[in-house]
Amino acid sequence: MVSAQKGQVRVITGNATGAYGAMLCRPDVIAAYPITPQSEIAEQLAQFKADGVINSEFVEVEGENSAMNVVLAASIAGGRVFTATSSYGLVFMYDALQETSGFRAPVVMVNANRETPGIHAVSSGQQDMISARDAGWVQIITENDQEILDQIIMAYMLAEDNDILLPVMVNYDGFYLSYLAEAVEIYQIEDVDKFLAPLKKQSPRQKLEPGVAQGCGTHGMEMGYVEARYKHTQAMERVKNKVDEIDKKFGDYFGRYYGGQIEEYRTDDADIIIIASGSATGTARTVIDTKREQGIKVGLIKLRLFRPFPAERLIQALKGKKAIGVIDRSICFGWKYGPICMELKVLTQELGSVPILSYIDGLANLDITIPHIGRVVDEVNEAAKGKPYQDVTWIPMEE
Amino acid sequence: MKEIRIHGRGGQGAVLAARMLASASVQEGKSVASFPMYGFERRGAPVVAFTRVDDKPIREKTQIYNPDCIIVIDPGLLSLPTLFTGLKPESVFILNSPKKLPEKPNENLKIGGVVNATGIAVEEIGRDIPNTCLLGAFAAATGWLKLESILKVLPDYLSGDILQRNLKSTERGYKEVEVTKW
Amino acid sequence: MVIKHKNIFKTESAWSNTDEKMLCLDTGSWRTVRPVLDKDKCNYCGLCALFCPPQCMKDMGDHYEANLDYCKGCGICANECPRKAITMVPEGEFADG
Repeated sequence: MVSAQKGQVRVITGNATGAYGAMLCRPDVIAAYPITPQSEIAEQLAQFKADGVINSEFVEVEGENSAMNVVLAASIAGGRVFTATSSYGLVFMYDALQETSGFRAPVVMVNANRETPGIHAVSSGQQDMISARDAGWVQIITENDQEILDQIIMAYMLAEDNDILLPVMVNYDGFYLSYLAEAVEIYQIEDVDKFLAPLKKQSPRQKLEPGVAQGCGTHGMEMGYVEARYKHTQAMERVKNKVDEIDKKFGDYFGRYYGGQIEEYRTDDADIIIIASGSATGTARTVIDTKREQGIKVGLIKLRLFRPFPAERLIQALKGKKAIGVIDRSICFGWKYGPICMELKVLTQELGSVPILSYIDGLANLDITIPHIGRVVDEVNEAAKGKPYQDVTWIPMEE
Repeated sequence: MKEIRIHGRGGQGAVLAARMLASASVQEGKSVASFPMYGFERRGAPVVAFTRVDDKPIREKTQIYNPDCIIVIDPGLLSLPTLFTGLKPESVFILNSPKKLPEKPNENLKIGGVVNATGIAVEEIGRDIPNTCLLGAFAAATGWLKLESILKVLPDYLSGDILQRNLKSTERGYKEVEVTKW
Repeated sequence: MVIKHKNIFKTESAWSNTDEKMLCLDTGSWRTVRPVLDKDKCNYCGLCALFCPPQCMKDMGDHYEANLDYCKGCGICANECPRKAITMVPEGEFADG
């Protein structure tokens, strides 16, 4: 039973959607520095502010490091905050990123995935998200524009939950989603208010107040440090079920469900599974349907939650499958597999000796095409039949 | 599903054209997806913009390799070796040029539409921004989109005097495009 | 893996050799206007060459000329010339354009 009213449908880009998402959640403070491919978010938010559509305090900063420090401070003072970045910007705020999670500040940030420094790349890839996977943030990956909007709303619901109190990074592919114009339903702001209202009913979280002497992020010695880190990891564990809960609540209210930690597409009777994330998932769906018509019993798992890694849901979904192919839009320095594949391989005890094939594709604006994914399905299918297979394949290098 | 690929140069409005096409299609109840791909974000550099239009939701997020229609905003791009690559059989070619269409430029083309969009734009808008004119031409040559739908969404992107001029430019593109059926 | 990709770099990291094709993009094709020099006004001061972003000004001995393979038509040379000896002319007016 959908409670929300119909929203207005607009044809807008992923970036603009990000700005709408932030606007609908009424942040108190916004500080964002423009960077390709996310500049439009900063521009759109500034336009909202100029037009009086948004009441947020807009702090002009000279760089992403300051942006994160500003929103962290505002968050610790009890405010709802928003920022957005990508690639070099994410890396520039690296220390503040860790402060934010260490302080357990419920910051929501949107990250338009782009390749990281090292080789000057102004192009799509998930390397930035990967390079920050141990910063202590919740990381969620979206597939299309509507999901960006919805996930931002859900991100506040998650971050500000007293049981969680962790910053949340909402990722979407630069170029392939940031500049992709689709029809997006922008909900009525009153409905978003109603959805987020339960957060206000919680007991207020710890915050800095003028005149009250207190510190945050202190006591990093011996057991003070250990305790804080332990609590942090415990909160990370709680995120997993909470993501599923919030997804259900969101779907019940707005009519859109995303599956929570992962989405399973035609996996029930599947023999083999492809795991993908981000915009490539959309493409993968069409390939799954085609292959199914050809008689291959293949299913798709869309990885939405990356940090914390949705181990339990994946184990459950992969039980009994004969082979798995993982498509990574990034690389893992130190392991030959792609990062998501590498993390999946931790679960060997639970998964048994099922072949897990790693595919690296879609780096630096290169497209993850329908033929590419078709090839992944075919090779995983052969592996399921016991044929020899390649451990890891860099698809662009083989072309 | 119809896949349309627009070739232009930075500053000619290729990206905006692709988006307006998407918006106009939404007016007619279609599902759409539109995005550009460019190497260098600057005026003059080649830009490709993709728009998909379908009755059901569009899931693929790849570039368009097998277009049903290509719209070429800059005639200088005709020399691009990959321009006609992957065209579906019986596809459409829309060109901005003051000259007539070349002899059927590719065996997969069925319909060709040529219009002096630059000339019309300079007359109506005062500057060489041929994108809206070409959208009108596209609607007329393909029949996949009503002129009214395009005119209806232009206010979402432009306003005031510039809007009025572009509306005129679009209408002229619709009326003045020369369509050839091969 | 059967690697079909032919290496672009001879080095381990991404060093570019600007003499070779790698860094030499076809930026000349981006141009919509090109610089035209009035030699009578030129005093060979070299400011145009100094300011040219792609550094494509050729030293002709008594004046500088833009290398049209790379000239993007940005107009900075015309802007910086202290004698206003350079005019930016639309490409359409040239036979080879």
